[in-house]
Amino acid sequence: MHLAYPAVLSALLFCTGLYGVLARRNAILVLMSVELMLNAVNLNLVAFDVWLSRTAEETLHSGQALTLFTIAIAAAEIGIGLAIVLAVHRNRGTADIDKLRDTAERHDPDGTDHDALTAEQSGEAQKAEATA
Amino acid sequence: MTAFTTAAETHGFLSPTGVEIAFLLVGLVTFGAALVTVTTRQLVHAALWLVVTLGGLAVEYLLLTAEFIAWVQVLIYVGSVVVLLLFGLMLTRAPIGRSPDADSGNRWAALTVAVAAAAALVWVVVDAFRTTWIDLDGPAAGSTEATGASLFQNWVLPFEALSVLLLAALVGAIVLSRKAKADASTPSGADTRPDTEGTR
Repeated sequence: MHLAYPAVLSALLFCTGLYGVLARRNAILVLMSVELMLNAVNLNLVAFDVWLSRTAEETLHSGQALTLFTIAIAAAEIGIGLAIVLAVHRNRGTADIDKLRDTAERHDPDGTDHDALTAEQSGEAQKAEATA
Repeated sequence: MTAFTTAAETHGFLSPTGVEIAFLLVGLVTFGAALVTVTTRQLVHAALWLVVTLGGLAVEYLLLTAEFIAWVQVLIYVGSVVVLLLFGLMLTRAPIGRSPDADSGNRWAALTVAVAAAAALVWVVVDAFRTTWIDLDGPAAGSTEATGASLFQNWVLPFEALSVLLLAALVGAIVLSRKAKADASTPSGADTRPDTEGTR
């Protein structure tokens, strides 16, 4: 088999996952896209391991061992990630990434003293301060 | 080096083998399912299309003679990760029908970045491995015997460290889930059963 087939498929899957991570709003959909990216890396590892196990002398089957490690780490990552998303959803009532902007930099001049507020709330607070 | 040149002489671009055709077809299905996964507006459908993507990848592993990885992929990804994702969608009260705000406002910037990365990666990969062929004949490179032997001869220490990592992830997930529940039940449960809380 030509090596370019699995390599190109893996690159395309990786970029699909990249688009999903950048464009999705729901945190669980972002986690799905991260899984897509990890699977693309796994396909690359397996393809190059199968190629190198025939052409090189001693490869320790490192590609397939690393694939197993990646799968296990991805399982751990999805468990922790979903636990974090559920905790955020329980505290905030949303899993929408665009609304979780507590650590975002704001460009207003005196917005440094209410860090825990969202952007809209800080805008309202500024209006309140301006009218008071 | 001689193996590469002889392989390049005996193979041709315009005469794909049956394995290559099967890989191409399954790859098209996998890529299409991945595209639907990242673009659909129905959240549960995204998880179900992810099953098609991961199952297609398992078939690709089988075509690459990596049997053990394929079955691990089916067991862990299709069996548990997708179920976890569906549980997560359920517990965060995802809407069943179309949700209009599944994509954020910067999807065109994301599309630009993704297409540029795909073009660059595909160009580099095709240019680099233009004359490289995988030899799939002979005994399977990824049979359970070969994978197990290499895993327990050369990769024992990372394997054991991985079990510690999985244990840490398990404990971490339990702690993350438990803490919020304890906080939520404190106002109602603290006055009714204070003794059981103390003895626990």
